[in-house]
Amino acid sequence: MSELNSKIPEGPLANKWNNYKEHAKLVNPANKRKLEVIVVGTGLAGAAAAASLAELGYQVKAFCFQDSPRRAHSIAAQGGINAAKNYKNDGDSVFRLFYDTIKGGDFRAREANVYRLATESRNIIDQCVAQGVPFAREYGGLLDNRSFGGSQVSRTFYARGQTGQQLLLGAYGALERQIGLGNVKMYSRHEMVEVVTIEGKARGIIARNLITGQLERYFGHAVLLASGGYGNVFFLSTNAMGSNVTAAWKAHKKGAYFANPCYTQIHPTCIPVTGDYQSKLTLMSESLRNDGRVWVPKTKEDAKAIREGKKTAVDIKEEDRDYYLERKYPSFGNLCPRDIASRAAKEACDDGRGIVPSGLGVFLDFADAIKRLGVDVVKARYGELFPMYQNITNEDPLKTPMKIYPAVHYVMGGLWVDYELMTTVTGLYCLGGPRG
Amino acid sequence: MKFNLKVWRQKNAKAQGKLVDYTIDNINADMSFLEMVDVLNDNLTRKGEDPIAFDHDCREGICGMCSMYISGRAHGPHHAATTCQLYMRSFKDGDTIYVEPFRAGAFPIIKDLVTDRSAFDRIIAKGGFVSVNTGQAQDANNLPVDKADAEKAMDAAACIGCGACVAACPNSAAMLFVSAKISQLALLPQGGPERNNRAINMVNQMDEEGFGNCTNIGACEAECPKEIKLTNIARMNREYLVASLINE
Repeated sequence: MSELNSKIPEGPLANKWNNYKEHAKLVNPANKRKLEVIVVGTGLAGAAAAASLAELGYQVKAFCFQDSPRRAHSIAAQGGINAAKNYKNDGDSVFRLFYDTIKGGDFRAREANVYRLATESRNIIDQCVAQGVPFAREYGGLLDNRSFGGSQVSRTFYARGQTGQQLLLGAYGALERQIGLGNVKMYSRHEMVEVVTIEGKARGIIARNLITGQLERYFGHAVLLASGGYGNVFFLSTNAMGSNVTAAWKAHKKGAYFANPCYTQIHPTCIPVTGDYQSKLTLMSESLRNDGRVWVPKTKEDAKAIREGKKTAVDIKEEDRDYYLERKYPSFGNLCPRDIASRAAKEACDDGRGIVPSGLGVFLDFADAIKRLGVDVVKARYGELFPMYQNITNEDPLKTPMKIYPAVHYVMGGLWVDYELMTTVTGLYCLGGPRG
Repeated sequence: MKFNLKVWRQKNAKAQGKLVDYTIDNINADMSFLEMVDVLNDNLTRKGEDPIAFDHDCREGICGMCSMYISGRAHGPHHAATTCQLYMRSFKDGDTIYVEPFRAGAFPIIKDLVTDRSAFDRIIAKGGFVSVNTGQAQDANNLPVDKADAEKAMDAAACIGCGACVAACPNSAAMLFVSAKISQLALLPQGGPERNNRAINMVNQMDEEGFGNCTNIGACEAECPKEIKLTNIARMNREYLVASLINE
């Protein structure tokens, strides 16, 4: 049994990270050159770590299974990135971001790590802007912010609906720069299949070359896993096809403890499953719940008629509809938190009131919003989302309600790490998605 | 639905490839094109045949990995969509569909529909970045950016690096891809200090990789899933010209 020692630095919460940095051991430049680090995965965590370590002078080997490091699934994040910049002067601070994050994590996350994240959030925005990430701007040229679920301040930086893509391409640029300078050796189309340990310490990996099929052996003084979350252990999820959690699983088999695997975010607004051939689920942005009303018929008979195509949404009279989120949670209504909205949708469908042929789907209706605001305003608000929905389902959400159902989206559990991000295997570190 | 498929099969980079006929039945109109290929591959595997190799990952149109040339069009018949965003209802029952890889001298075929697009990475490595190490950045609001410029930079930055522009171009030019990155960074103050070297180095690497030149055909813009504009190429040419004069 490994002993769990979180190595949280001494001192008050706000001073821990500084204390740590001021007393961490330094490595002199001549020695850095002699140390090799393996980074598995090139998403936001992996690409940034590989580039940063190479900039510091370490020899880095980076691995990804795609044809290019630019394709990691961080690219699919849409909404934005939070930072305690307080640019809006609305009372934001490191502590408030820390508090909101802890609360969002159901008070289970490690406070020292979250406080460090909140502190560093400001530097992350600085770094991204310096890399040329085209964040949204105000007319005065300063950075724009918007508010997001779970906070009362505007601290979200965004690049249209493609924030993840832009952040990743910034990190990818930094990584390619180091590849060009010869400080990172990039192995694309490689999949890690084993962590190699020597005398109990992680000292390298075995990777499969996905072109030749050969197993190849790579040495590193330390191994960093940044290989993403385990959403695809579920049959269908919103994750990319290649996000197969092999690397984290192999590390676990090698002795790295797994933490909080129950922590899976079931996102309430995904397009329902339509057939057994389906390869993945598509997320529709949560922002739709600002104007959409979620409902199912009050009676099982009406729901059955809709499932069988004998009735459509418009045939169900207003008084025969159950706007169950508004009914159950009058103060939050359709904007209740994700887990609550997901659970309520499942309850309605388990009750036999689902409205798609499989029985697993509810309506997200924009008819009232269109009546109140007009088609043009609704269209402008959800400009990219409606055509995307229509492309996939062949139904126009301006004319007929969207059909949605919860789906596995994001995982918060993963390999257990201490304050230094080391797993319970000495020398094996973990960043980003696979981390618990 | 039933389809006749003519799919490019090629064992490896050196082997001679050819179009192979397949028929596929019981396809649901709501299936994506890639899911149809999944079913075909499942059928082939059950018969003990080699499944068709193809690139794909996110299947939501943002990673840029999927790359099929479908009946003469990069990413298929729709405008502003990737292969993974193409659904079978776009075809008629009984249609014959040609499926080929993204063809270009600089994108050698690895197997079947999989090509090597690493030339794009090597071009980015020559200057598609701002040289700022982690921890060296100043406060983000110290660099105001005109909103209109930021929007234009974002338009260019939307490129997903799929290579449809190259595949669609009769010259196999990569000008749209390269100009999108050069434009993004030329429009932002962060890109200023390295502007001239970036234009020269990236264009030189593009030539070295064997991509062709632009003759203003515009097929790249027409086929780009992210609607990157030709004006970026004009901007890149300007950047390159200015840089050449200054470097002289």
